[in-house]
Parts: sequence; structure tokens; C-alpha cells
Amino acid sequence: MTTSMLEKEDTDAPAGRLYKRNIMKEAIFKIFRGDKNGGSEVEYKVPVEEGMVVLDAVHYVQKNIAPDLAVRWNCKAAKCGSCSAEVNGKPRLMCKSRLDDFDLNKEIKVYPMKSFPVIKDLACDVLWNFEVNKKITPFTPKGNTDWKMSQRDIDRVQEFRKCIECFACQNVCHVIREHDLKPKFAGPRFFVRVAGLEMHPLDNADRLEALKSDMGIGLCNITKCCTEVCPEDIHITDNAIIPLKERVVDRFYDPLRMFFRKLFSWLF
Amino acid sequence: MSVIDRFEIHEHDVLVIGAGGAGLRAAIEASANGVSVGLVCKSLLGKAHTVMAEGGIAAAISNVDKHDDWKTHFKDTIRGGKFLNNWKMAELHAKEAPERVLELERWGALFDRTQDGKILQRPFGGHTCKRLCHVGDRTGLEMIRTLQDKGIHMGIEVYMECTITKLLKDNGKTSGAFGYWRENGRFVIFKAKAIVLATGGVGKAYKVTSNSWEYTSDGQILAYNAGAEILDAEFVQFHPTGMIWPPGVIGILVTEAVRGEGGILTNKDGFRFMEKYDPERMELSTRDVVARSIYMENKEGRGTPHGGAFLDISHKGADYIKKKLPSMYHQFKELADVDITKGPMEVGPTCHYSMGGIRVDGETTATSVPGLFAAGEVAAGLHGANRLGGNSLSDLLVFGCRSGLYAAEYAKKSSSNLKIDEQEIQLAEKEMIRFFENNGENPYTVHKDLQELMQNYVGIFRTESDLQYAIKELVKITDRAKKVKIDGSRMYNPGWHMAYDLQNMIQYSQFITESAIRRKESRGAHSRIDFPETDPECSKWNNVIKMNDDGSMNIRQEPLSQMSEELKKLFEEKELVKK
Repeated sequence: MTTSMLEKEDTDAPAGRLYKRNIMKEAIFKIFRGDKNGGSEVEYKVPVEEGMVVLDAVHYVQKNIAPDLAVRWNCKAAKCGSCSAEVNGKPRLMCKSRLDDFDLNKEIKVYPMKSFPVIKDLACDVLWNFEVNKKITPFTPKGNTDWKMSQRDIDRVQEFRKCIECFACQNVCHVIREHDLKPKFAGPRFFVRVAGLEMHPLDNADRLEALKSDMGIGLCNITKCCTEVCPEDIHITDNAIIPLKERVVDRFYDPLRMFFRKLFSWLF
Repeated sequence: MSVIDRFEIHEHDVLVIGAGGAGLRAAIEASANGVSVGLVCKSLLGKAHTVMAEGGIAAAISNVDKHDDWKTHFKDTIRGGKFLNNWKMAELHAKEAPERVLELERWGALFDRTQDGKILQRPFGGHTCKRLCHVGDRTGLEMIRTLQDKGIHMGIEVYMECTITKLLKDNGKTSGAFGYWRENGRFVIFKAKAIVLATGGVGKAYKVTSNSWEYTSDGQILAYNAGAEILDAEFVQFHPTGMIWPPGVIGILVTEAVRGEGGILTNKDGFRFMEKYDPERMELSTRDVVARSIYMENKEGRGTPHGGAFLDISHKGADYIKKKLPSMYHQFKELADVDITKGPMEVGPTCHYSMGGIRVDGETTATSVPGLFAAGEVAAGLHGANRLGGNSLSDLLVFGCRSGLYAAEYAKKSSSNLKIDEQEIQLAEKEMIRFFENNGENPYTVHKDLQELMQNYVGIFRTESDLQYAIKELVKITDRAKKVKIDGSRMYNPGWHMAYDLQNMIQYSQFITESAIRRKESRGAHSRIDFPETDPECSKWNNVIKMNDDGSMNIRQEPLSQMSEELKKLFEEKELVKK
């Protein structure tokens, strides 16, 4: 692309004319069209503007060629996590996928997230995630607190609370994607939520038993695929999953602790 | 088999339509009051516009500025709204916002902290104290997630990706709602004794907007069609700082927190132009003033290359910016190739918020239709002619909570034998299906023309001739919108969804324009080139729109209720005379 050259030209152009002058070339999109019964790739030619993202291209198709193209989106600024899809096989937010990061001489393929059932075109059924969330013990404050917390103590929890629920981490997780162990496993998004609760300085609930049994945290083999796709750069594996795993191991599998518990079991 | 038996039916005491901050808070409160609650939203749960609120939530908890109190917050809100606010709402809002914020913290929200471990507050435009509780620049996300995670454990039934197209009545009282599932296009009926509308604003009627596809004035029009009144529709807020380059991101919000944290606005010559327009408050002037100032700089040839102003925060240093404005940093870096820790952003006004909306009772949020309540952006009154930044999130909580409470109380007292009118259902169904039988244009083309019209003729600056032209054009657009043609099936068909949303946007655009014509002065967000002065006479009335019995629109001016003597004492006498 010759973006820099065009930028130079545009700087002197009157504001109203910029739209038209920036059409540089066409990109070829192959977008999945279909539903749960199957479907196929459909090719669309989309004129390219400076700074354009994949979601802009999908909107172009919707407005000009196929108004019934199903796609979820809201903020268009990577704050709501609605427009997750697989662009050239990689899970991403379409609103954050700049066209100048792609080789426009090749087609760009856009598919719905792979780990969830397709509803239609790019929209898929993510309801399972909302069901998992309901099972997590909510925030349970300690009694008699004055609600003072130092910024240092909440910094790490605020990292987890950046999650925009795009479910890209759920989509890419091997336990869900390849083994489809959804009934036994909560997935990275919800380990992040639990980490945010467990590490909240004023939370008083205990979610370790649930993490081990209902949420299946042991099934995660820390390949870090979730961390790689997180658009919010949350260190899902290092900061959320591994510390939680350690807490579960300490509680349930540590031989010393286990021995200690057995020895003094008469006390309990 | 009756007509109604063909449909999927759900029944609740209280149905909340809209799941942003106001809707979620309403559902939580109604549920806590022991009634059965259904919550309907057009998107997935947690994706409503509240998630995009950035700068903070205004509440006089006086953690930073010790002298702040509800009276100061009340005064700022009324002054910001140019004395057109519903004073009762402004009073309740200022008094109750602190409790609503502290309650969020008790439900698990984690706000940024002061040195002594309390909730940190930042300055914002029009607020005379450091008042905005915040989490960096993602306060809305923190708020919606906290409410969502609280709500899902309360037995609230959530109906996601469902659009309501008609409110149903039995004998003049609210009895339910009719809508469709976005996923499969099937119709659904909700029986409800009380309904809370919390559907947000109308930004999508404008070309340059910070609003997402959902903000198509659905609630306002649902209420209007059910017989409720629309108040002060002319007041549409243009946020001074939206992104203006590259084309795909035009309109996306740049948080006021950039200015709150010390950002400086300059024109192409490097002149800090707010010195000219509001030397006292400078960048922290109210949104109406800053938006107009940027517009004027451009009109007089001092705009930046893409038609806006420069906003620079880089003097604060990279670490500080990344900590306090992380999403702005990423937004500009990833979408515009601009590193805001090193140089200025280019910004310009973007349609952001509707101060007008459904007329409600200041205490109960009840509309004039029995059993119908409204809260948040869809309701009018609190913000008057111009909303202060940060007063929206607190509005959602204060009046969301109140609407949930009063809707639950109403439902408990009302009969459980409410009937659904078969004819109403048949009509509602027909209104949605007819698009497939049409032979007109693509709905997106008509939408684009509506947006161009509203942007160019009913935008930041208005004149009689422009507004009259817009009225004429809106008649043509109404006609075209009725005939739009929909291809494909009813299954997840955004074109079909747009065809319905379009009707609402056009109707509300007429309300905006008709109201703007009648307000022959400049006040807050409403600027008339032909009437540039604020007229004290015009501070005495609101524009009220209601449907006549024959379906035509009635617009009249109604006197504002008088502020209590006690509250009047908070202002200087000359201020009250000249307002």
C-alpha cells in the first residue's frame, strides 16, 4: 500500500473531499454466509479507504450489497467486545483489524468464531458463556469494612476487570475448541472473572472448590493461546490462571498440607 | 385458537426494556422489591452504550474536594442545563448519586483510589469541584459489568437480542409489549403490569455520532405511540471531542477526561482558542460551549487539516497517560496511528446525547401512561438544555433505581387480569412483515440520507430556513422509509431490523426539528444563528409533544414548574432573572 504518499496529498485537501480522494484500491473479502445447516464463502469487492478496519468492510457489504448479512457490533472502538470473528483464521475484533495489516493482493477471509454454533453468517451462539457466568459465586464483601483500599492492592484486579467479554479467549482455548469440554470447563474468560473476585482485597467468598470441580481449571494446560488473542492485553495465563491453579493445588494436592489436615482431622 | 395463542408469551410483573446502566439498575431494584422481572435488550447483555462511557460518574462524595456537597452539584447541573432542568430531578440526582456510587462499590466495582484509599475523583467540564469517580477511562465498563454480575444472581429473566416494536395497553393501562427475536425473526409477546423504558438515545439519526447502531429512539417512539409525552426534543448534545480521522473512525468518542486530566485545545496556528470563548473555565467549559468553539474556529478558517482542533495531553508524560487514559492511548495508536503520549490528537464535535426525551414525573419516573416508566437517556428533564459530563452515569443509577422501585410498587397494586388486545397484536405483526412485500429502496440508503439531512440542517447551528427545509425533506424520507424493500428471510436480518429502526429515527427527527423551530433563542445545546441570544422569556417553558387522537402530532409550550424557594436561595438573584 502507498499510504504515506496519499497521506501527504490529503493534508492539503479540503475536509469535505477526503472521503472520495482516499479510495485507493479494492480489497477482496470472502465472507462466510450460512447458518447451522451449512453455508459457503461469498466473495465481495470492497473499496479501501485509509485507516479502514475489517468491520468497515463488512458494513460496506451490508449497506451496499447484502443488507441481510448478519454481524454483531456496537462500539466500533474495541470497548464492547461484540465483533469477534476469525479473520484469515485468527480470532480478532473486526473493529481493531486494520486493512493495512493485510496483504491486499490476497483475499481476506472472514468467518464466525469457530468454537460456538453458527446462528447466521458472522453471528454465533455464545449463550453458553452467559450460563457459565451465573454459576460463579458473586462478590461477597467482608463484614465491618471501611471500604478503604490502596491503589497498589487493586492494580492487579483492575487488570482483570478490563475484560470486554469478546470471548476470543474462549473461542481459541483448546479445551473448548478441540475437545469441546464445555460442560466440565468454564474457560479463560471466567477464570479471569474469578481471579478478579478472589484477589479483590475485600472479598470474603471461597471459590477454590468450584474452580477445581465445576469449572475444571485443571483441564487448562497453560498453552497461553488465550493470552495471545486478548484484545485488552490481559495476561490471562500468567496473572489469572496460574495463580488460581496454585491456590487450588495448595488447597487440594499439597502433600504436606494434606498430611497436616489428616493428622489434625479430629480437630475439625 | 385465538390470535394470541400463535405467539410465544412471557409474563412478568415488571418488564424492563433496555439493559444499559438504567435498565440494569431498574431491574435490580424491581427484583429486590420482590416482583418478577424480565429484562429485554437489542444486543447481548453487557454491550449497551453504557460500556462505552469513559470519563466517570459525577457524585458529590467529596473525597478530593472536601467542600463539595449535593447543593454544589445541584447548582452546577442547573447552570449547565441553562435553568431548563426539572429541578426536582436535579435535586434528587445530586442528593442520591453518592449513595448509588458507594453501592456499586459494595457490589464489587473497583474505582481508582486516592492516597488514603478512598474513591478518587477527577475534574470535568462544568463541575466546580473534582467530582468524577472513575476507573481510568473505562468507567462505563466497570459500571455495566458490576450491575450485570449483580443482576444475574437475582433471578431476573434476561431476553437478549430481542427488539420491542409496540407497547400494549388494556383500558388505557400498560399491559405488555410486542417484539421479535433478532436471531430468528419470530414474534414474541411480553405480558407485564408495569414497563420501564431504558432504551437510550437517538444518535444514529446523525451522520457523525459516537452512538452505536442501537440508538434509534425506539423507547421515545414506543412511548409516544402509547400516548406518552415527549419533552424538549430540540436539545441534542454534540460532544466536542470525537475522532475525525481516518474516515472509518469519524465520530468515535474521545473522552472528556483528556481535558479533565489537563488536555489543551489549540487551532492550526497553535492558539489556545478557549481563551477567547470561555477564559475562566477554558477547556473545562461545558460541552455546548466547547463544541461551538471548535466549530467556529473551523468556520473562520483556523481548523486543523481534517476539520477539527488539536487536543494535546502529551505534556503529562507517557506513564501518566497510559495509566489514566489507557483506552484513549490504544484507540489512537491502533485506529489512527497517533501516539498521544508524543503529540496531539485531532478532534471535532460528534453527536453524543439527547437531553430531551420522554416526559416523566421527577420522583417516580412515571410517564403519563399508567404503568409506563422511563429512566436514563430516554427520559428528559434532569439535564435541561445541556448535560454535564459524568451526570449521565449518575442519572442512570439514580433514576434507574427509582424507576425499578416505583414500577415494582405499581405492579404490586395492579390487577393481574390484564388483557392483550388481539387487534393490536395483528396490527403490530403486520407493521413488521409488510417490509417484505415492498418494492422500494435499500433501507441503508434512506438511513444515510436521513443522517446527512439531520447533520447538515438540524446540527450544532440552526436557522429557520434550514429547519423548514428539514421538515419538508423529512416528509419525503418518511414516505421512502415506508416503502423500503427487504430481501432475504426474517432470520438475523439486519436490513429488516434497520427498516424498523428507521421509522423511529425519522419520527424522532421530526420532533427534534419541530421543537427546534419553536425555540427562537440560543440556549445550551440549541444554537440558532438567527436568534443568537438567550432569551429569559424562553426559560419559562418546555416544548411538549403528544399524539392527537387522530394520530397527528401536537406540539405545545408548557410552563416550567417553579423551583422551591429554598433551592432558589442557592442562586444569585440576578442569575435567576437573567437566566
